[in-house]
This record gives sequence, structure tokens and C-alpha cells, in this order.
Amino acid sequence: MALDKYEVHEHDVIVIGAGGAGIRAAIEASAQGAKTALICKSLFGKAHTVMAEGGIAAALGNVYPEDNWKVHFRDTMRGGKMLNNWRMAQLHAQEAPDRVKELEAWGALFDRTPDGRILQRDVGGHRYARLAHVGDRTGLEMIRTLQQHAVHKGIDVFMECTITRLLKDGDRIAGAFGYWRESGRFVIFKAKAVVLATGGIGKIWKFTSNSWEYTGDGVTFALDAGAHLIDMECYQFHPTGMVWPPSVRGILVTEGVRGDGGTLKNALGERFMFKYVPEFFRAETAETAEEADRWYTDKKNNRRTPDLLPRDEVARAINTEVKAGRGSPHGGVFLDIASRRDAESIKRRLPSMYHQFKELADVDITKEPMEVGPTAHYMNGGVRVDADTAATAVLGLFAAGEVAGGLHGANRLGGNSLSDLVVFGRRAGLYAAEYAKNFKGALTVDAGQVEALARACLEPFERTGGENPYAIHQDLQECMQSLVGIIRTEGELKKALEEIATLRERCRRIKIDGNRQYNPAWHLALDLHSLLTVAHAVTVAALERKESRGGHTRDDYPKTDPALGKVNVVVRKVRDELAVNREPISPMPPELTKLLEGDK
Amino acid sequence: MPDAIMRVWRGDATGGAFKEYRVPTDEGMVVLDVIHKIQATQANDLAVRWNCKAGKCGSCSAEVNGRPRLMCMTRMNLFPAGEPITVAPMKTFPLIRDLVTDVAFNFGVAKTVPAFKPGRSEADGTFRMMQQDIDRGQEFHKCIECFLCQNVCHVIRDHPENMPAFAGPRFFVRLAALEMHPMDTDSRAEYLRLKAGLAFCNITKCCTEVCPEHIHITDNAIIPLKERVVSEYYDPVAWLLRKLVGK
Ligand SMILES: Cc1cc2nc3c(=O)[nH]c(=O)nc-3n(C[C@H](O)[C@H](O)[C@H](O)COP(=O)(O)OP(=O)(O)OC[C@H]3O[C@@H](n4cnc5c(N)ncnc54)[C@H](O)[C@@H]3O)c2cc1C
Ligand code: SF4
Ligand code: SF4
Ligand code: FES
Repeated sequence: MALDKYEVHEHDVIVIGAGGAGIRAAIEASAQGAKTALICKSLFGKAHTVMAEGGIAAALGNVYPEDNWKVHFRDTMRGGKMLNNWRMAQLHAQEAPDRVKELEAWGALFDRTPDGRILQRDVGGHRYARLAHVGDRTGLEMIRTLQQHAVHKGIDVFMECTITRLLKDGDRIAGAFGYWRESGRFVIFKAKAVVLATGGIGKIWKFTSNSWEYTGDGVTFALDAGAHLIDMECYQFHPTGMVWPPSVRGILVTEGVRGDGGTLKNALGERFMFKYVPEFFRAETAETAEEADRWYTDKKNNRRTPDLLPRDEVARAINTEVKAGRGSPHGGVFLDIASRRDAESIKRRLPSMYHQFKELADVDITKEPMEVGPTAHYMNGGVRVDADTAATAVLGLFAAGEVAGGLHGANRLGGNSLSDLVVFGRRAGLYAAEYAKNFKGALTVDAGQVEALARACLEPFERTGGENPYAIHQDLQECMQSLVGIIRTEGELKKALEEIATLRERCRRIKIDGNRQYNPAWHLALDLHSLLTVAHAVTVAALERKESRGGHTRDDYPKTDPALGKVNVVVRKVRDELAVNREPISPMPPELTKLLEGDK
Repeated sequence: MPDAIMRVWRGDATGGAFKEYRVPTDEGMVVLDVIHKIQATQANDLAVRWNCKAGKCGSCSAEVNGRPRLMCMTRMNLFPAGEPITVAPMKTFPLIRDLVTDVAFNFGVAKTVPAFKPGRSEADGTFRMMQQDIDRGQEFHKCIECFLCQNVCHVIRDHPENMPAFAGPRFFVRLAALEMHPMDTDSRAEYLRLKAGLAFCNITKCCTEVCPEHIHITDNAIIPLKERVVSEYYDPVAWLLRKLVGK
């Protein structure tokens, strides 16, 4: 059987995903001389990265000269509750400044300090103002800069092209299989190396800041191909999403609002975060509102406001306030910047938040508080990679960006994702190109396997069953929202596993009407495999971690367990079943341990 | 709340028609919510592009009651309750299906724009730029590439035959951003005149009116570019001087 009835492309390196990580990887691979393709589900420039608001973390030391990579490393590890891959945290802190400067050299216009350098802003968990930013649209600046830089580098861009499966030759990667959204025609990419840069999984929850693209495809491809996932239970719920009106629930309110002086208040008008300072952060957190307010302008003599504790702490606190009946009218809490900063500076520093609330909620944030509550936001864990090379456990498969796990441990700090994308995107591109260059053998794509994949994709058109893919997706979101949300228990997690199994059954009866041309029902039907796989992986990992740490909170095990702080929960696929294990984290070398001591 | 009456374009390159749907609505809904509701319950295969649902990605452009808009930022309460609302794809670009058009034209133009060409940086690899010198550039960088301005510009909307010789307002914004970048050393006057077709623009300002990012496309980008082309073409010394003093 031959492949000649299919459209086939051949490259040294293909990068799946065109957000910050994917574009940076493609730029690097191409610069190394590899013939490179960049593939994405949406139009070029519309990936999640475009939505990032607050900024990109890098210890440039422009605002606080005392800042350096060592402090950034320490903050990242502490924010991640020490589950992080320490080598990734080190490389990230060391290389982020160069990557930010590189963006500037490629044309990005970051906001400036009075002496004309890159300005940096505060967000949670970073000891110093560290986030380079452009108002509250940093991601747009970043993706456009990368996109425009990439355009002139001879990279082949395939947009609105969805990959559904990786192809292997024996134990090596050989390419990927997918379809064009526009025509529904299948397409085969033959490649020596594949970089996954597909982003996260937020669409398994009902209230989410994520777009339709976040169905967990890359995580699923990796799992199906034999790679390992880590820390899937530690999903990040961002504390501040919009809660009203219902149709916008979940849309993100940037942490930059709190970084710029906004505070959280409950229905009684209390700045409740002072009640929720955990022991771990007590020494470095302000005890009174006065001290917290002074901290914004004088960081030497005051400690940081508890409004800027790491996200997991703030999300849990809001959850508790609402449960205790001290929430806002629509089930959130208040975020007030109106009474704290003048209207002009709010509009200048947070233009898109101003716009977003004005247009979508009829709220003028320069005059009234916002109503906010937790929203599913970011996959802290993901595909396990080698810190230096971004290689996964599968030969020829690399991963970078949100899809990869390790850097953030149990909880990511604000701004550490955009820096992650460019630091590890570059590394993935570099080492994928090197792998491709060194690989001298021949790779074959099995025509029989391709035939079977194509047939499976088309099945939903031929069925007589009556299931609607949108309804199955909605039921999955309800299930995950109520049973695998911020606070978890064993009973609920087990119930979720049963429901996920039922939903998988229902998928076998999906019937798609219409034809293959730009048919979103069909696209969703195919995405459901990934959605259910990642929902399953999160749930089994959550069952395995019998403690509370970072993004993972168990009502039945509310404390952290020091023994579990030394292991990652690892998920793999073994004979079509998910297998879960605890695996020890490798010990940190003394020169890094030293950086964490002395400031508990 | 009465049901919304939506007249949505259904069809592909070979033809189509408006189809009417009645949809129950909730408080605060935007047009994109209603389209999604139709998709989930009445027309599973209804094709539409979207990503962020917050006016940040520029994917969901369409013509709502004849006006080019982002569907995710268009509140239903903008329209009188109970009256039919039409939703049509952007007219200037070839139709793929339903509300989705082929915007490849724009990605084609993007490839031809001469790249950023920076001058020397400081020893630490960064630039020194004052905030007031990049304010204008930052205004242009707000562009979310919704292509609504391209869609509304009569130069290509009424005359598709002009497309090969006209970059369109989105790219005038891009070119202005490059030309006004304090560190840029290139001149794009030749490109603007011969390839981008700047002279086609007769400053009708339709593009500025539809820009969801409120970029002053005509006043801040197009008019200064036109002045530059004139002065650089006829007075290269003035151009050189301007590049040297960085204004
Ligand atoms: C509203 C919001 C605000 C944020 N603000 C910040 C911030 O201020 N600072 C910060 O550091 N982080 C922030 N984040 C997080 C950060 O933006 C994301 O984690 C990051 O952009 C992810 O980048 P990425 O390159 O990994 O993937 P993305 O940018 O999400 O790109 C994924 C790419 O993969 C493609 N893809 C996926 N599946 C397939 C498939 N099957 N076939 C082909 N292509 C596929 C998609 O089309 C897309 O191109 C924010 C996130 C959100 C949602
Ligand atoms: S001002 Fe110029 S670019 Fe803008 S719509 Fe009118 S003709 Fe087109
Ligand atoms: S300039 Fe404005 S209207 Fe034109 S593409 Fe950009 S954001 Fe859209
Ligand atoms: S969906 Fe992103 S702008 Fe409308």
C-alpha cells in the first residue's frame, strides 16, 4: 500500500504549535539549517500566547538592581513548592534575560523606565518587580515580534492544519498525521524530529480562561507515542477570572491588576488575604494593610502584600471566602483598583482590562470594583522532558512551552510562562535540529497505519448513532468542574473516572452531519479523544497524590506531606491503559540548595 | 428576554443564503455566544472562527447588521430586542464556508514587508528608548490582525483586481510602526510607493472607524507615511536627517 493518494510533506524538523514556544523553536531549528515546518490549528498569530497580559519574567535588574538569576530561581522553586525540575528552573532563570533582550532586538516595544530601559512590574511570588511588559498586552507583542521575525526565515507555515496523531518507525518518531480544517483533506508530515508546542488542556473545565484550542492534543500525542507525563494533578486555577455576566465567566483578569495596586475584598469590605498567609510565606509577607500599601513604593523596608501570594494560595482563599458566604453577588469576590489608583493611570497601565469590563460587563474599573473568582488557567505539569535538551522519552520527540512539565513544579508564578516559552522553545528547536542532523538512517511511514487513522477519523460521518459532540464536551466540562476542580476528594475523583469512561462510550456513537469542509462538529469529535485522555490523566494523578500541594488540594488530605514533596506523580500509557507511579525527584546540587537556604 | 432572531449566512464558494435561527438568550450575551449556541444545538456544522472571546486575538471578524465587527465584543443588547440580526462573513475575502473566509491575502502581504533593521544597541544588548518616543509605535502594535480594516477598504472591497498592488490599512499600520521605530535604520519609501500602493488610499477613514483597537489608522499611520514618501522621494536629505535624529 502506498501513500500516494495523500498530500505528503518532508522536513527535518516539524514544530506542532505556533504560540511563543513553537515559533521560537522553529526560528532556532531553521537557523541551525534544518528544513523546518510550523503547524497550527488556528491562523498564524492567534495562538494562546496572543492573550497573555501581565508580562514576561526575567531578572533584568532594571528596576531593582539587586535582582539576579539566583533570586528568580529561588522564587520559582518556592512558588512551585519544590516539585520543580531544578535544572529547568536554573536554566530558565539564567537565560530569560537574554531571551527578553532578543525580543527587543527583533522589534518588540516594551514599556520603559525613566532612563529608557525595559520597565518591570510586580506580580505574585516574585521578590522584585520582574515582569517586562507592554501595558496588559504583553503576549500580543511577543507573538507578533516572533511571527514577523519568523516570516523572513524560510520556515514553511501550515495554518489551520490539525495534527491528530504522531507517526513512528519502530521506537523513533517519523512524522505526524493530520487534516486541513478548510477542506477536511488528510495530510502527512514526514520528519526526523518533532517538537510539541501545543499548549494546555483548559477546555476540560467549564470555567476557563482558555480557548477552543486547549484540548490537550500534544499531551495526548506524547502519551500515545510512549512519552511520560508529570505533575498533571497540579493544575493551576487562576484566582481572578470574570464571574459576571454568565457568558464571560472564566475570562482572565490579569494579575497585573494586583501588581499595580489592586486589592481583593470580600462582601464585608475586608482585605481578607491577610487571614490566609501560610507559614511558608509568613516571614516575607506584610501583616498590616499599611505595610502592604507602603511596599508598592518601598520594597526595602516593607514586606509584600498578601494579595500577591502565589496563585494557588489566592485561589483557595477566594474559594473559602465564597463558601463562607462572604462573596460578591455573583459568587466571586471584589477586586478593587478604582479606589486605589487614579483613572488615568488605570487606563494607561491596564487598557485591555478597562476595555474588557466596560464592553462585556458594563463595569467601569476606574469607578467600581470588579467581581472575580477562580478560573481554570494553566497546566503546571505536562510532558516530561530533559531539562537541557527538551527531549522526551521518545526518540526524536521534543516538547516545550505549556505542554511540557517540570519547570513550574506544583504551581507556576505569573510571567514565568512567557519566559519559559522562549527559553525552552529555543532549546527544543536547537536540539531537535541537532538530532535531525545526526540521524543518518531512513525512516518509513507505515501506509497501513495511515489508512487505519484516516478511516477512524471518517467513522463519525458514517454512523447512525445520535450523539452530539458538543453535548459530550459540555458534560465532560460539568464533570471536571464539579468533581476535579480546585478542591478534591477521593470519592469525587473516583466518580469522575466512571463518568469519563461513560463519556468515552458515548463518543463511539457520535454522528456528524454535513461534509468534511470546515466542519467544527467533526473537528470537536476528533478533539474529544484528547479531551477525555487528559481529563483521565489529571484525575488518576490527583488520586495518587494524597496530600495538598500547589495547584492540587485534597479535602481528605489537607496538609502537605514532606515525603510526597520528594516525588513526581508520573503517568504513562501501558498497553492502552494509563499507569500511575511515584518517582523520586533527583537531588539538587549543593550550590543550588544554598540559594534556597537562610530565608524560610 | 425574547428569543433572538438570527439570520446567519450559510454556504460556501458555490453559493448560499441567510438562514434564520431563533435562540433563547441570557443576560450579557455577545453575538459570538449566540452563534455558539446555534452551533451546539441547531446547526452543528456551522463554521466560525474564534479563539480568545475577549477581543484579543482578532479571529471572530464578521459583518453584523452590515457593520464589520468582532462578534465576541458585540453585545446582544446593542440591538433592539426581538428584531432580526444578520450575521454575514467579511465580504472582501473569498468565502470558505458560512462565516469563515480565506484571509490568505493578508499573510501574503506580511511576507513582503521589509523587516525591522535595527541600529546599534548598547553594550548590554538592549536599546535606550524613551517612553514618549515609542508611544506611537505601541499604538500601532495594538493591532490584533482582525483584518476588519482590510475588509472595509473600498480600494479592495469594490475592486479585488487591486489586491496584488495594495497592502491595505493593516499593513500601513505595520509599516508606520517600522518606520517610526526609534532604532530602525531602513527606508521603506520605495516599497510603500511601488509595492504597497499607498497612493490608492484617498483617506476616506473607513478603516479607522471599524478598528476595534481604536488605532488612528489614517491620521497617525497613513498620512505621515504619505508625507514621508513624498519627502523621501523628492528630498532624500531630509529623510537622512530624520533617521539620524531619530524622529
Ligand atoms: C488570558 C491569559 C493570560 C495569560 N497571561 C500570561 C502572562 O501575563 N504571563 C505569562 O507568563 N503567561 C501568561 N499566560 C499563560 C501563557 O500565555 C501560556 O501558557 C502560553 O502562551 C502558552 O504558549 P505555548 O507556546 O506553549 O502555546 P500556545 O500559545 O497556546 O500555542 C499552542 C499552539 O499549538 C497549536 N496546536 C494545538 N493543538 C494542535 C494540533 N492538534 N495540531 C496543530 N496545532 C495544534 C495551536 O494552534 C497553537 O498554535 C496567560 C494565559 C492566558 C490564557
Ligand atoms: S483611509 Fe485609505 S486605507 Fe483606509 S479605508 Fe479609506 S482608502 Fe482604505
Ligand atoms: S489595524 Fe485595527 S482594524 Fe486593522 S487589522 Fe489591526 S486591529 Fe484590525
Ligand atoms: S475571539 Fe478573539 S477577538 Fe473575538
